[in-house]
Amino acid sequence: MTTDAEYKKPLPTPSAVSQPFWDAAREHRLLYQRCRLCGTRVFYPRDICPGPQCFGVGTLEWVESTGNGWVYSYTVSYQPAHPGFADDVPYVLAIVELDEGWRMNTNIVNSEHDSIEVGARVEVVWDDVTPEFTLPKFQLKG
Amino acid sequence: MDNSLRGAAAIVGIGELKPERTRPGRDAMSLLAEAAYLAIQDAGLTKADIDGMIVDPELAVGSGGGYAPRMAEYMGIYPIWATGCDAQGAAGVAMALQAAAYVNAGLARYVLCGMGAAVDPAVRRRPAAGGRTETATTEFQVPFGPTVGANGWYAMIAKRYEALYGATVEKRAKVSVDFRYNANHNPMAIFHDVPITMDDVVNSRIVADPLHLLECVMPCAGGCAFVVTSAEIAQSLPHEPAYILGGGLGILRGNLTHVGEITVSPVGRGARKAFSMAGYGPSDVQVMEIYDSFTITVMCELEESGFCRKGEAADWIQGHDLTFKGDKPMNTHGGQLSYGQASTAGGCAQVTEAVRQIRRDGGEHQVPGPTDLIYVTGSGGAFSQQSAMLLGSKATL
Repeated sequence: MTTDAEYKKPLPTPSAVSQPFWDAAREHRLLYQRCRLCGTRVFYPRDICPGPQCFGVGTLEWVESTGNGWVYSYTVSYQPAHPGFADDVPYVLAIVELDEGWRMNTNIVNSEHDSIEVGARVEVVWDDVTPEFTLPKFQLKG
Repeated sequence: MDNSLRGAAAIVGIGELKPERTRPGRDAMSLLAEAAYLAIQDAGLTKADIDGMIVDPELAVGSGGGYAPRMAEYMGIYPIWATGCDAQGAAGVAMALQAAAYVNAGLARYVLCGMGAAVDPAVRRRPAAGGRTETATTEFQVPFGPTVGANGWYAMIAKRYEALYGATVEKRAKVSVDFRYNANHNPMAIFHDVPITMDDVVNSRIVADPLHLLECVMPCAGGCAFVVTSAEIAQSLPHEPAYILGGGLGILRGNLTHVGEITVSPVGRGARKAFSMAGYGPSDVQVMEIYDSFTITVMCELEESGFCRKGEAADWIQGHDLTFKGDKPMNTHGGQLSYGQASTAGGCAQVTEAVRQIRRDGGEHQVPGPTDLIYVTGSGGAFSQQSAMLLGSKATL
């Protein structure tokens, strides 16, 4: 594991609201939020509920995800937009939908690019990139 | 009332700079000012006539608030209103509608709209750092790999579209080829001198799978502006007015990832508003200027605008000739794919091209058939917000 100073890629910039997500990630637990008033599942972290009928403030509670989901869409990127990714090209950017019905940006790793397809089942794998930050990434299941 | 803006205002002056890879020594304010000067003169007006101004917030990058008044002072223009339009690539159309509303409400008589973009390849924009409002981007996207411009986002739209509807690059390529033909007849287009074939598109390198290089816009420097006034005043000005018959915007999301079906582009609501306000339908449209950041953008907009059904855009495109001489003239100036995309000015140039076609002033790329009713769209972010507008000649009023 590299230190924050040695790590060449952009790191997350947690806020007071999102800090629990990154604290849990360090423990290899994937969190999302759910509104205790209307049940809406929320990601990225907020402190107000965006549910269509809901005006909840401070009503979102952290819930642990199974870490299982499917590839909503993806792209194999041949052009790094940041020098820290230059050695990774080509790499897979993806939108994964978790089984609880929320989506996040991530990378598909440990998987043959030709085997990835929209709808493929994936599971979370944890990339401990620095002592402070662990990134949730996904790999093809089975 | 849905028809409140119908024919109330018109675009009476246009100005634009030829897109270039870069404009050394020029900044966005300077390029916007030059385009604005052309538009004001084209309208037969003076600076003192301009009492409303709507400019692009991109001018504010790194400079804090107050960019619109500072832009006004920079040009020596002192309007009653100077404000912004945060519609990104949808801003060309959005500004025209905003200006029409200002004019119709009596808040201003002559509204100058415009944007400029300076691209210096040496100064690549870095992902913004921190900031709570940027959480979705900086905290939950950038650490996994920023995308070059919007390439990664539209690649994911295209990948999912392929999975749902099966249209691959072989079918998308015609969009690029037909628009390039138009650019080859427009001396203002950045790719005026470079013809391309279907094979060229299919064989161009993959930028972000499944999108190939010739399916993506190229960032340019440039500027674009236009002047809107009331229909009544418009009749006394030098050029044939391009009347704003109807239009609207639609916001579907702020970021591509989290909300809704991503192959649904946001233009549907704006399109329905445009057609109902104008009293015309998609089959009445004679020319289209469809915002084309990527081939896939055009396909989804055609579907959501009602020109064909969802998933059928590729077949629709194969069945029509989109060149300015064709049965469905589209992006007659070459589209942003081949005319060039000077940031948000790229969308603005689709508005000014529609005005030019209505005036029958397109020169070599003038549509030979009727150009009385033209449909124009704009698109901002990754299917975040889109705008639609119908422009018409006097015959459509």
